[in-house]
Amino acid sequence: MLLFRKEIMIAKQSIKFLVVLFILTASFAVFANGGDHENQHAEGNQIDTQEEINEYIAHHLKDSHDFHFYTNNATGSHFGFPLPVIVWTSEGLKTFMSSEFHHDDAGHVIVEKDGVKLTKIHSKIYELEAGAHEVTLDDHHHATNAHKVLDFSITKSVFGMLLAGLLMLLGFGALARGYKKGHVPTGIGRFLEPLVIYVRDEIAKPNIGEKKYRKFMGFLLTVFFFIWILNLLGLTPLGFNVTGQIAVTVCLAIFTMLIYMFSGSKDFWAHTLWMPGVPVLLRPILAVIELVGFVLIKPFSLLVRLFANMTAGHFVVMSLIALMITMKEAFGPVASTGMSLVLALFISVIEILVAFLQAFIFTMLSSLFIGMAVEEHEHH
Amino acid sequence: MYNLIGAGLIVIGGGIGLGQIGGKAMEGIARQPEAAGKIQTAMIIIGALLEGLAFGALILGK
Repeated sequence: MLLFRKEIMIAKQSIKFLVVLFILTASFAVFANGGDHENQHAEGNQIDTQEEINEYIAHHLKDSHDFHFYTNNATGSHFGFPLPVIVWTSEGLKTFMSSEFHHDDAGHVIVEKDGVKLTKIHSKIYELEAGAHEVTLDDHHHATNAHKVLDFSITKSVFGMLLAGLLMLLGFGALARGYKKGHVPTGIGRFLEPLVIYVRDEIAKPNIGEKKYRKFMGFLLTVFFFIWILNLLGLTPLGFNVTGQIAVTVCLAIFTMLIYMFSGSKDFWAHTLWMPGVPVLLRPILAVIELVGFVLIKPFSLLVRLFANMTAGHFVVMSLIALMITMKEAFGPVASTGMSLVLALFISVIEILVAFLQAFIFTMLSSLFIGMAVEEHEHH
Repeated sequence: MYNLIGAGLIVIGGGIGLGQIGGKAMEGIARQPEAAGKIQTAMIIIGALLEGLAFGALILGK
């Protein structure tokens, strides 16, 4: 009887979970419609489905200077919130809110700050040359009389990373404070403690070894939760795609590379640079192969895996949402929307798994590479 | 055109590789169910390495 009750509870929990997912996906769908209407509004005619959907997906995958949820087609008003723009121009540092661009992304709106004229083209901020009053574009949509500026803006991705950092600070702060009161964590700590122990016992210990794993736990836990939280944030209607930005994954992979290069043991360097036990003529060749492997190939595989997986996941979800527009003529609005909702829900559930799996794989391979570097061989 | 053919070849190769890994892991687990955890971890690592290779080729070929 007790077991049965437990099962009912689990069933109730999973129904709740599915409902939350459904609401999230449904709001994504509204978001899709919003983008569609915006394009319709901008073009002023019937949407050219394929091209505009491609543009919409590309826009979502890129970083942007403001949050944009929904555009009301009737009134033309946008829902979302602006983010601060911080740029280093020829006249020094300039800061203002991205709302001054009025959602323009084609270089039409020019913001003037103390004599510096700035404009936004394809989510990049350009500074107009002296004397120019409007941007002229060549055939490839490159500005001819403007140049890019150093952009330190709090963009959507930066905001996402700050949010993830804040969430981690709050969660793990609560967990750490909980241990002062007793050995059993309370609240959010109850959820986090098993994950921390999982990373320690299943990822760090088997790959790095009992003796040396402690030094690297900080990095491995940070990377694991950072990637996992950002992957999950990417599934919310806020529209983050942080781990799908190649710059972010490059930085994470460089951290891993620096850590295993600088914590390499004597044996690691001996086996990398002057492999014992092979003919002397082969040793320089092996050294080159090993060095290229450790400096380039291993970090490259780490960063490309995360980037490509998250980009592909977002691409599939967005394409399935766009299905409601492409299939509208064939099946009618209700059937196409229902079909794309069901498919997008299905893929979103898989994406939740992928979000965890990618964080796990990144941490696992990082600890594997660190383990290779710190290992000490027994000499007979 | 050629890069699309290349992408298709990469996916075929990756698919064969993943199938081999998954199939052998299944066989291993069926023979020794008590080692399922270890086999799964090793399977995921090898799968991830293969995936990195395939994705690398896809990105470079694009």
